[in-house]
Amino acid sequence: MPIPFALFFVCGALLAALTLYVLTGGADYGGGVWDLLASGPRAPAQRDLIERAIGPIWEADHVWLIMVVVILFDGFPPAFAAIMTAMHIPVTLMLVGIVLRGSAFSFRSYGGGRDRTQLAWGRVFSIASLVTPLLLGVIIGAIASGRIPQDPRRLSDFLWPWMTPFCFAVGIFALALFAYLAAIYATLETADAELRDDFRLRALAAGIAVGVIAGVVLLLSIHGAPRIWTGLTERVWTWPLIWMTTILAIAALYSLWTRRFEIARWCAVGQVALILWGWAFAQFPYLLEPDLDIYNAAAPPITLHMLAGALAAGALILLPSYRYLMVVFKSHRERRPLFRRRHSS
Amino acid sequence: MAMSLAFHIIFACIGIAMPLLMVVAEWLHRRTGDDVYLLLARRWATGTAIMFAVGAVSGTVLSFELGLLWPHFMKWAGAIIGMPFSLEGFAFFTEAIFLGIYMYGWDRVSPRAHLAAGLMVAFSGMISGIFVVIANSWMNTPVGFRLVNGLPAAIDPIAALTNPAALHETVHMTIAAYAATGFVVAGIHAAMWLRDRGNLFHRRAIAIAFTIGAIAAMIQPVSGDASARAVAHLQPLKMAAFEGLFQTGSHAPLALGGIPDVKERKLLYAIELPSMLSIMTYHRAGAVMRGLDSFPEKDWPNPMIAVHFGFQIMVGAGFAMAGLGLWGALLMWRRRTIFDSIWFMRAMVAAAPLGLIAVEAGWVVTEVGRQPWIIYGVMRTADAVTPMPGLTVTFALFTALYIFLGTTVCYLLWRQVMQSPTQAEVAAYSVPAR
Repeated sequence: MPIPFALFFVCGALLAALTLYVLTGGADYGGGVWDLLASGPRAPAQRDLIERAIGPIWEADHVWLIMVVVILFDGFPPAFAAIMTAMHIPVTLMLVGIVLRGSAFSFRSYGGGRDRTQLAWGRVFSIASLVTPLLLGVIIGAIASGRIPQDPRRLSDFLWPWMTPFCFAVGIFALALFAYLAAIYATLETADAELRDDFRLRALAAGIAVGVIAGVVLLLSIHGAPRIWTGLTERVWTWPLIWMTTILAIAALYSLWTRRFEIARWCAVGQVALILWGWAFAQFPYLLEPDLDIYNAAAPPITLHMLAGALAAGALILLPSYRYLMVVFKSHRERRPLFRRRHSS
Repeated sequence: MAMSLAFHIIFACIGIAMPLLMVVAEWLHRRTGDDVYLLLARRWATGTAIMFAVGAVSGTVLSFELGLLWPHFMKWAGAIIGMPFSLEGFAFFTEAIFLGIYMYGWDRVSPRAHLAAGLMVAFSGMISGIFVVIANSWMNTPVGFRLVNGLPAAIDPIAALTNPAALHETVHMTIAAYAATGFVVAGIHAAMWLRDRGNLFHRRAIAIAFTIGAIAAMIQPVSGDASARAVAHLQPLKMAAFEGLFQTGSHAPLALGGIPDVKERKLLYAIELPSMLSIMTYHRAGAVMRGLDSFPEKDWPNPMIAVHFGFQIMVGAGFAMAGLGLWGALLMWRRRTIFDSIWFMRAMVAAAPLGLIAVEAGWVVTEVGRQPWIIYGVMRTADAVTPMPGLTVTFALFTALYIFLGTTVCYLLWRQVMQSPTQAEVAAYSVPAR
């Protein structure tokens, strides 16, 4: 079936927004995980680095998730309604995690001082950072496993769609991926060699964990998400995609080992993006197998055209602004301070 | 959902208006070189950031909750009103990006770029608020589709975007955000000033916040009048509920106070100004106003008393604020300052919560006034709700969470933003001499 351009564009935007959320917002959660696991003589320095790294950008990164949600409910309302009905419990819990993570982080950053309340907020921030990706993964796992019916009357209870080993394996996989990304990004956030090495070891460990868990998820998908399994193993593009992902994964680990951090980051970004796309293409054209695909769940053409237009126009404002944010805070060139706080004695 | 919205609307209002206050302070600093303004901009920026973070996460909750609680509504209406939500997403994104630059970029971008980033925050905050209110106004005046067998057909998102209630609702809400924020900020600083009168920090803060709040509060009655007339035209039942008007007829009176008694179909204990409602709505004393009796009782908003009280409280608070604004303008005209009238400053303290109360009351008026419909005249709220059992657990969970967050935010704002600064702190923020 040929895909109308607007539908194609909206699907692409949905996948792009989800990818960007995982690559940026996901890493912010990973930062929280390393905050929780900070250890050794440089534990406070590790926490400081994470706070400095995600402080200016996490809110903007977080909005990618909101983009995913609005594209989904504007472009594919029945799919949105079905997911939100069947996944009521994990989505609600994830929202609690999102609320606690975000507010705890800003309470800690803007609260000033380092007293006991601030430490408590730090703890809330890091635990919420651990739980939220887990639930996000569970939700994605349930979507992938084809257990979400379009008609809520076919739902026997509200646990069945997601209480499976496969869903929880995807949850742990998401957590490992986010922690892996965060550790790799963190190596580029400091000039201190020892601190960088802390995160290098963490990235290596997380990278290996990602590989192992990926294997487990794949095996569980044979029963847990048969469509993904056949999609990943029986299509033309399957093996090139799997080889590309594997090569990038090994290249990322090798570059980390040899301390080529910039290369390692791009390899990891590619690896994670390909994993997501592998899932998306394996599931294509279904949104919620077996009831809803991108054709029968799509909003009427006029809505799709307007949404595509709004996305294109919005991207013209958004992408340069987002790039500006990243250049200001992530280019790490030394700038002459133009405007600085004078330290009074 | 109602709880989340009631909580979110406060943060959203302050998130819309606070950036303007902070940008004005920074701009005044650049123009005058007065370091107090810079400290003020920084303090307010911290306040904005805390508010924005909580507003952002509670907004995220809302975008999901639409589906969690009203899946049927979203499935039905998503294609029609998804557009303002998508546009809101972009506006919100822009706000988040530039707030990041503003908060963490004092040392990293040029002062001009920094001020521009602040302006972007203020502007995109306002725009995102407008889009959300447009979506709400569509629920009151649904257009842009035809009903075919109970399902929408011939969808026209542009018509939905420009629905008849969109203009007056967005204008009224946007002005309300500035008025409410201006008053609450000015009131808090006035309370601090009364205790520490020499401190320029609070003086400057009040000058900015009260000016913005008072201007907005004095424009608001005009917009309120336009809104009320639009409601009388578009949703006459809602207007009748506002006023507790049970009988249809000409020379309809304007009711002040009173308790609507639904059983007896009478408004008890109200002060009635004869013919005023007809005059205000149609500019003719003889104009016929439709009362509640001309609509089937199953379509009446319930509880009626909430709508009537909400309307009275909103209008009362609004006029009190406008009055205070006039008093301030009078003082400025006669004495060139507002700071030598202690009573005026005390009134300002007392008026601090009025704006937020009016916002909450106004929200009750629009939302409860729309009941029992979720889409006015098209879909009943009860038909849109999720089949998920045990929703009270969800409600209790979010209520507890919000109460906890609200308390924490107040405590932090108290500690970080509102305290009187010392002279050394002002000096610490000054620009180094070159």
